[in-house]
Amino acid sequence: MDAFLLSRLQFALNISFHILFPTITMALAWFLFYFKIRSDTTDNPVWMRMYRFWVRVFALTFALGVVSGVTMSFQFGTNWPGFMEKVGNVAGPLLGYEVLTAFFLEATFLGIMLFGIRKVPNWVHTLATLIVAVGTSTSAFWILSLNSWMHTPQGHEVIDGVVFAKDWSQIIFNPSFPYRFVHMMLASGLTASFLIAGLSAYRMLKGDTKEAPKKSLKVATYTAAILIPLQIFAGDMHGLNTLKHQPQKVAAMEGLWDTTEGAPLLLFAIPDEDARENHFELAIPGGASFILTHDLQGEVQGLNDFKGKHPPVAQVFYSFRVMIGVGLLMLLVSWTASFMLWRRGELPLWMKKVLAGMAFSGWIATLAGWYVTEIGRQPYLVTGVLKTADAVTGLPTGNVVFSFTLYAIIYAVLLVSYMATLMLMCRRAVELEEITSEEREKAKASRMSPANT
Amino acid sequence: MPFESLSAETLGDIYIGLLGLAVLLYAILDGYDLGVGVLLPPREEKFRDDMIASIGPYWDANETWLVLAVGLLLFAFPEAHSAFLQTLYIPATLMLIGLILRGVSFDFRAKVAQVKKRSWDLSFKWGSLLTTLAQGYMLGIFVTGLRTDIWAQGFALLSALGVTAAYAFIGACWLIMKAENQLQEKAFTWARRGLVVLAAGIIGVSIANLTLHDDVRALWLSAPWGYALMAIPLTCFTLLVLCAVVLKKLPHADGHGEWLPFLIALLVFVLSFSAFAISYYPYVIPGQMTVMDALSDANSLRFLLVGTVIVVPCILAYTAMVYKIFAGKSEKLSYY
Repeated sequence: MDAFLLSRLQFALNISFHILFPTITMALAWFLFYFKIRSDTTDNPVWMRMYRFWVRVFALTFALGVVSGVTMSFQFGTNWPGFMEKVGNVAGPLLGYEVLTAFFLEATFLGIMLFGIRKVPNWVHTLATLIVAVGTSTSAFWILSLNSWMHTPQGHEVIDGVVFAKDWSQIIFNPSFPYRFVHMMLASGLTASFLIAGLSAYRMLKGDTKEAPKKSLKVATYTAAILIPLQIFAGDMHGLNTLKHQPQKVAAMEGLWDTTEGAPLLLFAIPDEDARENHFELAIPGGASFILTHDLQGEVQGLNDFKGKHPPVAQVFYSFRVMIGVGLLMLLVSWTASFMLWRRGELPLWMKKVLAGMAFSGWIATLAGWYVTEIGRQPYLVTGVLKTADAVTGLPTGNVVFSFTLYAIIYAVLLVSYMATLMLMCRRAVELEEITSEEREKAKASRMSPANT
Repeated sequence: MPFESLSAETLGDIYIGLLGLAVLLYAILDGYDLGVGVLLPPREEKFRDDMIASIGPYWDANETWLVLAVGLLLFAFPEAHSAFLQTLYIPATLMLIGLILRGVSFDFRAKVAQVKKRSWDLSFKWGSLLTTLAQGYMLGIFVTGLRTDIWAQGFALLSALGVTAAYAFIGACWLIMKAENQLQEKAFTWARRGLVVLAAGIIGVSIANLTLHDDVRALWLSAPWGYALMAIPLTCFTLLVLCAVVLKKLPHADGHGEWLPFLIALLVFVLSFSAFAISYYPYVIPGQMTVMDALSDANSLRFLLVGTVIVVPCILAYTAMVYKIFAGKSEKLSYY
């Protein structure tokens, strides 16, 4: 193993671990804002109960996102010095804006959100919740803008191998950015919805009969049912955008070797990059052409047109199918559950089990989706501008082995602890008491008394 | 593009100034919460709860200054960033592991069963200690101009202890301000001990510093600049002596002036930092690379400067607001 492969593995490990947590917090922050607004505008104390439970999940998730994010900010320089040397003039300011406009905002107002409710007027607390939600989304805006520029760079010029910025609005709003941003925000919404629905179902399975988990389950399931068709549509648009700008990635996603008219949609296959063909194909004739060109006989470019310049096929091909598979499962489950909730007002036992089992399904789809797009960009780090191999560190291999091992151990422990702690929080919540009539009175009174506004 | 009139030299000065500000604020702000972590007593759980409650609303934002500092170094001075972090890869990795451990322990401890809580507390303490030692070591190697010989290692170890003592000291001063009763008494003891180690550390590092670079020694030991500069160490030691007196009197002062030790610690940090900055400007890596050697493209720097001018004052304002909201004694740690 050399430092190149290890650096790639280490960065993949770090970024895969990191993305799990922002994917939850981005949308969970908006859920919390919704709970808080409902609590402020209704007499029902259950919204505050829901807020209190989920704000603790948010705090834990946020902390894991912060610490793994700090680690990444160091690795740009340690493991990929070529990245900053060659494209730092574009990447630097975008990262800088992320820190300045998002990180401080989130981190500072999170303090008020978690510990400030008795210290500030209620509206300030609601405002702090809103600001944290805006902050997490702003953070996504900048980092996805940079990531999209790496896929579809524009608005720059290259002088002596170094990139210089020419037009910032072209750089920020590069062709793939709007699609990637929407696709990722919806992914976050779905991940958080399934987490909320799943953990609420888990609480109910553990004997929780209170109102809070029922209500959370309902809100999250309906949200998922609304978001999933939007996500399928957004994903399709994103795919068409990729076809235009990175056709080699789409060819790998479809497992298409030769440029074909009426390309089939492969439901399953084993791509063989040495023989440059697929084994055990299970296909719908003309399917890929129909999806990509909206014409059963449309022409789709194959991988052989990009020999030596296309990504490793198998990883992209399989990841894509995992993402689609989980997405379709989400569609099926959220619509069935929503239908049951709408007709009967509650879920049968088996459906609660299914939802609990899918609590972390958003993670799988999100990771698979990122693998498609990031591996799909190889061998480039910045499409057509910088190859990944030209950005790597000159560090001794031993050093990278050392850091990689430490990170791998710690991340494994943290991931298990995180999931176990969420489950534990659910089991503990079962023992909490149901909202009392006094609490209801108090909530009602607080609505009316000006002292508490 | 705004700021078109600014030359590359001016931009270099502005960015090294911003970098300095971020590092200084990081050292003070995360300094006290790292210090509180280092001081965490393994045996007294009640103290641990109160100590962690005292930094609860702040630690996240404090740590963000490190992200800003490393971010500024990364894109304003990319070559310095890769030289610095490639040389210090192992200590930087250890520091990050430390930061990860303490950051997550803070949240895990509040949510797990009692038996596991102590393990997370310990991971918080040792994570904090690992972070402070690694930061001190990195500072030491940095000051030598990224040398790796045995003398540089010795200096870096001295610096590791010095930085840890400084953080523990400012952490204790923070607790004097935030805590009550027994914990506050304990904090007085910690602050007194920390003060002695810190004073020894400052003397040690200062003297070693003079032997490292010829031009630094020339600057500090030559007339007339040297006389003017002497004001910095003199003020610093006056403050440390004053602090010793304050620490003696405060326990009998009925809660008046409990913010004084923290203020003094803060001033000592500022003074030490300015002595350091005066010594090494215009180098971004002492003796190796100047600001202008490492500066990146002026147009990109101008683009970010627009946002910086608008946003940094806002950040400072809402940071001040949060400190005002949570001013006074810290309350019991409870999420709402």
